[in-house]
Amino acid sequence: MQHYDLPDASGHFGIYGGIFVAETLMQALERLRSEYAFYRNDPEFMAELAFDLKHYVGRPSPIYPATRWSDHLGGARIYLKREDLNHTGAHKINNTVGQALLAKRLGKSRIIAETGAGQHGVASATVAARLGLECVVYMGAEDIKRQESNVYRMRLLGATVVPVTSGSRTLKDALNEAMRDWVANVDQTFYIIGTVAGPHPYPMMVRDFQAVIGKESKIQMQELVGRQPDVLIACVGGGSNAMGLFYPYIENESVRLVGVEAGGEGIDSGRHAASISAGRPGVLHGNRTYLMQDEEGQIIETHSISAGLDYPGVGPEHAWLHDIGRAEYVTVTDDEALAAFHALCQFEGIIPALESSHALAYAARLAPMMSRDKILLVNLSGRGDKDMATVAARSGIKL
Amino acid sequence: MSRISGVFALLRAQKRCALIPYITAGDPDPELTVPLMHALVDAGADIIELGVPFSDPMADGPIIQRAGERALAQGVGLRHVLQLVQTFRKNDKTTPVVLMGYANPIEALGIEAFASLASGAGVDGVITVDYPPEEAGQFIQAVKRVGIDPVFLLSPTTPSERCNLILKQASGFIYYVSLRGVTGASNFDIEDVKTQIGIIRSRTELPVGVGFGIRDPEAAAEVAVFADAVIIGSRLVAEVEAAGKDSVRRLAELLRKFRQAVDAVTRQV
Repeated sequence: MQHYDLPDASGHFGIYGGIFVAETLMQALERLRSEYAFYRNDPEFMAELAFDLKHYVGRPSPIYPATRWSDHLGGARIYLKREDLNHTGAHKINNTVGQALLAKRLGKSRIIAETGAGQHGVASATVAARLGLECVVYMGAEDIKRQESNVYRMRLLGATVVPVTSGSRTLKDALNEAMRDWVANVDQTFYIIGTVAGPHPYPMMVRDFQAVIGKESKIQMQELVGRQPDVLIACVGGGSNAMGLFYPYIENESVRLVGVEAGGEGIDSGRHAASISAGRPGVLHGNRTYLMQDEEGQIIETHSISAGLDYPGVGPEHAWLHDIGRAEYVTVTDDEALAAFHALCQFEGIIPALESSHALAYAARLAPMMSRDKILLVNLSGRGDKDMATVAARSGIKL
Repeated sequence: MSRISGVFALLRAQKRCALIPYITAGDPDPELTVPLMHALVDAGADIIELGVPFSDPMADGPIIQRAGERALAQGVGLRHVLQLVQTFRKNDKTTPVVLMGYANPIEALGIEAFASLASGAGVDGVITVDYPPEEAGQFIQAVKRVGIDPVFLLSPTTPSERCNLILKQASGFIYYVSLRGVTGASNFDIEDVKTQIGIIRSRTELPVGVGFGIRDPEAAAEVAVFADAVIIGSRLVAEVEAAGKDSVRRLAELLRKFRQAVDAVTRQV
């Protein structure tokens, strides 16, 4: 593949991405774009980020060979990039550490964030506490019910969690509400978007901060097995953990990139969150991308057992990688994800997040079809402590 | 000359300020939308702004969000809104209708198809909140080709270079957002708005309307002193929410008060 250098200057990945917001936010985004363009090349900023990633987040996260599980499945060997071992238990903090440093440099006193599963909310509350910034997190009322422990964590960290009761009361509505807050308080507020979506420069900036996952993997795989994996697998809601893993590998075409979308109760049931696999391009939340929408262009309600994947859009760069055929996008149902969740607990002593369990489930499907000398690297994007109640309830147990 | 330019030319000659009420199409009931539009015209509306319901109205406050949810619950989408405009046009060939909404329903229909259907229905202008001019090239061309004005927003945060870029693309009128916030917020500063309108006027011949946060006839009157149009949205939609089936009568009554207040001021334009 020729040199890959998207997005273009106005934030486009082919026809995707761009800036689709109300006029009041245009200037704030322009300022963010120009400041970020400066700091991403500023040695002092990058050194501070590297220090925080090492000493606060606990990077590099290890790569672990899931030997017993691979033996059980037969076929390709599965390796796990352990983002679940990061401070706060997921990849989300890679991005919030970076954006919070930027917020400080831009002189903002207040940060806001949207959250679905609560992982990004916790990661935002965490960095806000550390830097002494006010933090407001918008969370769908429906998600607050499914992720109580994360709500309490955010409150412990000093954040105000605002329940969002409009629309479908999930992540997309939390994003709408955060945007409304930002419009009203744009002068003093920094909006930390948690995924590779939203108006330019967010998809690029979040990808850059998450790319540490793929950069480390390249070095670690070389050290561990002397070569790069044959397939990278990551779950895709908005798509930040997948983009972080994929990005440094885009030009390396011998490595297959597979994004796993939430198939919910099955694509045919209509109850899923697979925007690339079953959606159409449109405009939402500041960018053009694949969306779950009806004939009239209304965004439709999505379903996934994992709150973090329960989103009707996807990062615009994934839309582009799909269209050009550089990455494949597949779906995994709630039940398959749960089975993989239990398998990892049983064979490896690791409790994965339900989001990451989607990537694991696809690895479990793929590995037996490949020979033993092949290598799959799965992004284990988060740990499953937050999902205890959901998983228990599925087994008829009330905690 | 478009219907919108015609109305502003006439009002300018009469030294009057335009009154532009906003309602969400389909709220409280799609059966009431056309009667509401006619009643607003009878009560003194110069132009009607008609909201197109969208599932994710990012720039709207809670009042207009709820109106959109009520309309969507009754299945009112963009195609239905265009049919309502067509029905309105049977009995009113002169009052301009401006649609206000978001990009996705238009893209789902197809930009060219939208332009042709909207023009056929008798739409005069379109405000698409999340289409900044940088992303709206094809859309601007398509609607201008059929004689529909793309109306753009300017805000207190718009820097002067961007302002020029937007003015170059806009037609019909300029919609100045009086505050940093969503529709229905309440923190606008009249002196600040007046200064900004002065700056915009020095750069364009287009009429300048002011909206967002004008909650009562007194505030409308203050704005009417220097603006070409006063846009009243959330206050009216709140009345529809409260009045339900009695909306037609109560909305007309309320708009008359705005009309009187706006007409009573001595304008400095």
